[in-house]
Amino acid sequence: MSAIGLKLALPRSRHVLPGFRLSLGFTLFYLTGIVLIPLLALLLRPLSLGFDGFWAAISTPRVLASLRLSFGMALAAAVIDAVFGFITAWVLVRYRFPGKRLLDAVIDLPFALPTAVAGIALSALYAPNGWIGAPLAEYGIRIAYTPWGVLVAMTFIGLPFTVRTLEPVLSELGQDVEEVAATLGATRLQTIWRVVLPMLLPAMLTGAAMGFARGVGEYGSIIFIAGNIPAVSEIAPLLIVTKLEEFDYAGAAAIGVVMLAASFVMLLALNGLQSWASKRR
Amino acid sequence: MTQTRKFRNPTDDPLWLKLLLGVLAFSFIALLLLLPLALVFKEAFAQGVGAFWAAIIEPDALAAVRLSLTAAAIAVPLNTLFGISAAWCIAKFDFPGKTFLVTLIDLPFSVSPVVSGLIYVLVFGMQGWLGPWLNDHDVHILFALPGIVLATIFVTFPFVARELIPLMEDQGRDEEEAAATLGASGLGTFLRVTLPNIKWGLLYSVLLCNARALGEFGAVSVVSGHIRGATNTMPLHVELLYNNYDYVGAFSVAALLAMLALVTLALKSLLEWRFADELAAAHRH
Repeated sequence: MSAIGLKLALPRSRHVLPGFRLSLGFTLFYLTGIVLIPLLALLLRPLSLGFDGFWAAISTPRVLASLRLSFGMALAAAVIDAVFGFITAWVLVRYRFPGKRLLDAVIDLPFALPTAVAGIALSALYAPNGWIGAPLAEYGIRIAYTPWGVLVAMTFIGLPFTVRTLEPVLSELGQDVEEVAATLGATRLQTIWRVVLPMLLPAMLTGAAMGFARGVGEYGSIIFIAGNIPAVSEIAPLLIVTKLEEFDYAGAAAIGVVMLAASFVMLLALNGLQSWASKRR
Repeated sequence: MTQTRKFRNPTDDPLWLKLLLGVLAFSFIALLLLLPLALVFKEAFAQGVGAFWAAIIEPDALAAVRLSLTAAAIAVPLNTLFGISAAWCIAKFDFPGKTFLVTLIDLPFSVSPVVSGLIYVLVFGMQGWLGPWLNDHDVHILFALPGIVLATIFVTFPFVARELIPLMEDQGRDEEEAAATLGASGLGTFLRVTLPNIKWGLLYSVLLCNARALGEFGAVSVVSGHIRGATNTMPLHVELLYNNYDYVGAFSVAALLAMLALVTLALKSLLEWRFADELAAAHRH
């Protein structure tokens, strides 16, 4: 009798399916161990510096220059990728031509190619004796080992984001509104500029923001082509590595916290963009 | 017939616009994406297949290949297990804080690779939380295999979960609930009902997770210590050879990684094309 009483007293699972506690437990355990505790170590580290020390660590001219370079060039690359991402997505979704599937598959190359491989390839390509660098050098234009190299690498790494966010929206976009615009007398360019583009804007901004976030943190594909001249072409992630090599853990963590804060802001902005986009549909 | 030939669909672009946009898109992709890829293979075989092969079977390069494969062989199954477990509790049950949990799972994708390595240095490094204790007990995490595995796990953390969560949410709970009602065990339900439904999505995400695990550079670079032949993964070996002006060697190992990337892309496209309905909606074309 007591066994039955005990059984009844136990809280009964409200779920039909089994494994809720096990799967949620393992998920939380793994997430905490791999992601949350190490991130906490990063957030707590600069506390040892105090507020003044933290400010001193991130407000040196070299650190500020690297942050300005990383964020500025990532923004420029995101704009370039938004423009060419739109053109590419338009061609891929709207036109029919041989080799379309192949072209579509190639877009993901920056996702699949290891960043170090992309880095040495871009560097060799844009160096003064490279395939692209040599013709440009005749006109006195230098890309590799200047801040423009950073821009090239960030544009490379960010392209799939804009194309891949625009493609599904573009193919779902009903052509009836375009027909209406044409019926009302709009030219084709007016239709694209004033009807299609405004409808694509949320997706375009989302893709550009994702590319921007990736570009700010990018390391492998940039360090080979950038030349890494302090305060000129030195990106913020590289400065973290340099500080670590000098055993300045707190200084490295301070820059890391700034970059982490930036990714949080980007994440929030992306969530906002996505809810805006879903409301507009 | 002549009537239809004169009529132009108003949503068709004029020919000049088609040509202009087509040429722009093609040349941008050729210049930005295809030229670097071509250069990798051209440089790798610049001195013939023999030089390429010699660079690959050189002991330090082989050690790098072995280390990369080992790290991926530990990181990918662990993240797969995590992804399945996370997708099971998020897609099949309701609980408060679900959206927040999904955001946390996505977090590693928005962290810079260098920061991903840095956080483990701050935990396990000599000036870190556990460093002195680990040193006293002769446990090596940083500048050794465990650190490389941890950094690899972090950067590939969301791959499987973020593919499986929307896929399993789409599929609902009816089939599993029917199986459970008919008396199937939990494991039996998963193996016979859920797994067949998600197998192509699972394969897709494992493929991408594996490619990133083998190719990760920034995070692993921070925790590896760069010991040639011991803690250098393939991408780190590429960096080392390149910085030593051994271009044929660097591009040979790079070509090996590029081939891996191409195989991954081909399989990924094949899955998207052949099993589009069985992948998460975001990958359907």
